[in-house]
Amino acid sequence: MTRQKPEPVQVVKERRDKALRALVGGIPYAHFLGISFERRGDELTALLPFDGKLIGNPFLPALHGGVTSAFLELTSIIELSWSMLWEEMETNKLDPRKLDAEHLPRLPKTIDFTVDYLRSGLPRDAYARARVNRSGRRYASVHVEAWQDNRTRIFAQATGHFLIPARRKPE
Amino acid sequence: MTDKSLAQQFIQAIPHARALGMELEEIGDGRAVISMPWDARLVGDPATGVISGGAVSALMDTCCGAAVLSFPGARGTATLDLRIDYMRAATPGQRLTARAECYHASRSVAFVRATAHDEDSAIDDGLPVATVTAAFTMDGGMQAGKQRALAEGSTGASAEDDAEGTA
Repeated sequence: MTRQKPEPVQVVKERRDKALRALVGGIPYAHFLGISFERRGDELTALLPFDGKLIGNPFLPALHGGVTSAFLELTSIIELSWSMLWEEMETNKLDPRKLDAEHLPRLPKTIDFTVDYLRSGLPRDAYARARVNRSGRRYASVHVEAWQDNRTRIFAQATGHFLIPARRKPE
Repeated sequence: MTDKSLAQQFIQAIPHARALGMELEEIGDGRAVISMPWDARLVGDPATGVISGGAVSALMDTCCGAAVLSFPGARGTATLDLRIDYMRAATPGQRLTARAECYHASRSVAFVRATAHDEDSAIDDGLPVATVTAAFTMDGGMQAGKQRALAEGSTGASAEDDAEGTA
């Protein structure tokens, strides 16, 4: 029995990181808030480094509720897009050399988003991870949690529904 | 807080509201109107140029909070829960205007609804870009709010906020 030789690890990593960079790098609002993503295999963690302009209550001080909401929504959208992109990448449906704005899948559109504020966001870095609970052909349901110092003490969570855009025909 | 210049100062004192260029148009009696210009930095989908849902959320959250603060007797507030429904994409390049109404407030909770319109739909109150339903904490001052929340054995969000805020 002959098996195909596995790809060198650097090649695999480079392809995946490039896809992630292309996905996140194209979103101006992610850049405006300073949001970036770390990847371990297919798992993404969103990072929101603290910045003075993210404050909503200067007296506590606390992160703006809208910042928390934006962070959670963006994390959900990226997670959902990433899960679709990942599948295409791993099944070789997507040419890794064509990971540019023209060939990336269109971003999902938010239908609704419900944020549950559990405690105030402290003036420190925040992290978030999203989980796609259901992703059909047209609709997806995503849950997301954000925390700061302590992974088990989430300060906000949200559930959102998203419209999945029609896929481009493969060339 | 029904004085407009005071309220505008308050909005200006919120760093994130300032960062997004928000302007307070009207406030008083549990109602607030806040607008925000379109800005290329706030785009959420590069393929369409449509402003990010997160930026719309930030505008709505600020406007809802302002409406709660303008409710008679309110001294402080924080978002407990906010649901936003996106009816349609906001037209790129257009200013967004949020209108929020605190339609009921108990001693410790304020209920708010809000809409956001772009310039296309603002004139005759056409289809909003988004609508919001939210619940906010209602504080009559930090200490009073904390003691009341503890006494009532509430879910603790506001009590804990106070505890963390002073930690």
